[in-house]
Amino acid sequence: MIRADITAKFFGDQQVLGPVRFDIRPGETVALLGPSGIGKSTVLRILAGIDTRFEGTVTRPDNMAIVFQEPTLLPWRSALDNLLIVRPTLGAEAARAALARVGLAGRDDAFPGQLSLGQQRRLALARAFAGAPEFLVMDEPFVSLDPEMAEQMLTLTEALIAEAKPATLFVTHARAEADRLADRTLVLSGKPATLLDEDAEHDVL
Amino acid sequence: MKDMHAVTPILSIIGLFLLWILSATLTADPTVLPQPWALIGPATREIGSGELPFHLGATLLRVIWAFALAMFIGIALGLAMGRSEALNRWLDPWLVIFLNLPALVLIVLCYLWIGLNETAAILAVTLNKIPNVATVIREGARALDPDLDAMARVYRMSWLARMRHVTLPQLAPFITAAARSGVAVIWKIVLVVEFLGRSNGVGFQIHLYFQLFDVAMVLVYALSFIAVMLAVEWLVLQPWERRIRRWRAA
Repeated sequence: MIRADITAKFFGDQQVLGPVRFDIRPGETVALLGPSGIGKSTVLRILAGIDTRFEGTVTRPDNMAIVFQEPTLLPWRSALDNLLIVRPTLGAEAARAALARVGLAGRDDAFPGQLSLGQQRRLALARAFAGAPEFLVMDEPFVSLDPEMAEQMLTLTEALIAEAKPATLFVTHARAEADRLADRTLVLSGKPATLLDEDAEHDVL
Repeated sequence: MKDMHAVTPILSIIGLFLLWILSATLTADPTVLPQPWALIGPATREIGSGELPFHLGATLLRVIWAFALAMFIGIALGLAMGRSEALNRWLDPWLVIFLNLPALVLIVLCYLWIGLNETAAILAVTLNKIPNVATVIREGARALDPDLDAMARVYRMSWLARMRHVTLPQLAPFITAAARSGVAVIWKIVLVVEFLGRSNGVGFQIHLYFQLFDVAMVLVYALSFIAVMLAVEWLVLQPWERRIRRWRAA
């Protein structure tokens, strides 16, 4: 069980988050929706453990994975090493299979700079799912893609989530993406931002 | 055009030799400036007797020690200062003081405080170089990619793996820059350290032949160490740099 119990988050004097409380059950995909700049990424960074300066508590498992807006790979290491360095227990065989699963079979030795942007993003997905994470966080992973590539990535992500069944927190500002991927949608709103309750949500959006 | 680029450094060195020959001819006094070929005799004698390899080895060992220590401590310090603004505020004044402290002062103080021994010699050289390395690495540490940091953190990469695969590769251009200027500066300071307080090494020999007014032998020792440093540059530094830059070329 993943539990977020944030009471407040300040940047300097400015309070960006008010009380934000929610749970994610094992295998459940939760979308966090809201306009740009509302504080979605801040919630995500707190849940992922990147940002530790907040008031409240977060319970999360050790085995986690993250997908950023950008691929965020190690450009100085080969595609295979990008999986193996981050997931040392994986083993070369499983890493090759993970590459093949996202359509990168035979590209083991390619550096990220030699891959197309779409391939780099698929490599980032392979990295995220390779260690069978219990908790996956995704920070607007499709936001800067053209519609065709976004559709491809969305389909692949959907399939990978269905196979690995991690608890997933998916941050987006696109309602359509949230509806498609998520079992449940949370909406962040207001200043300082809090979660809208599920009933009010439909009136606002 | 590409051939021309490869040939230019050789032509340039030949030009330097021509200038040397011209100057030696004009001086017409081998005790002031001998012709380049007049050094071959003394050099072979010195190599044959084992003197030159012995002193060259002593200097090289000091250079390696001081270089390794200065790079290691300088990288650690620069990385810490680049990542922590608070630590940087505390240590920056120290860095400025040590950067502006003349090498000679540090050398003399180390000899006075620690004694005329190997520890003092290597420490003096190391202390002279650390601030430069730290300053260069600090710039690199400030430019580290926060997203890669976050990635390493979420995936719980070990400290060792983070250093080796995430942090140090990002610092590589800064480390090579520091190493380049480091080797050059360190061997010059090592010579001064030997000149002042050691009984072996290239600096000691240059001191000896300076007292004997033997220009030829001073040049033999200076040139032999320059040859060693060029070999280090071509055989160690450049291949290493090519290896770590592989991913950029690919």
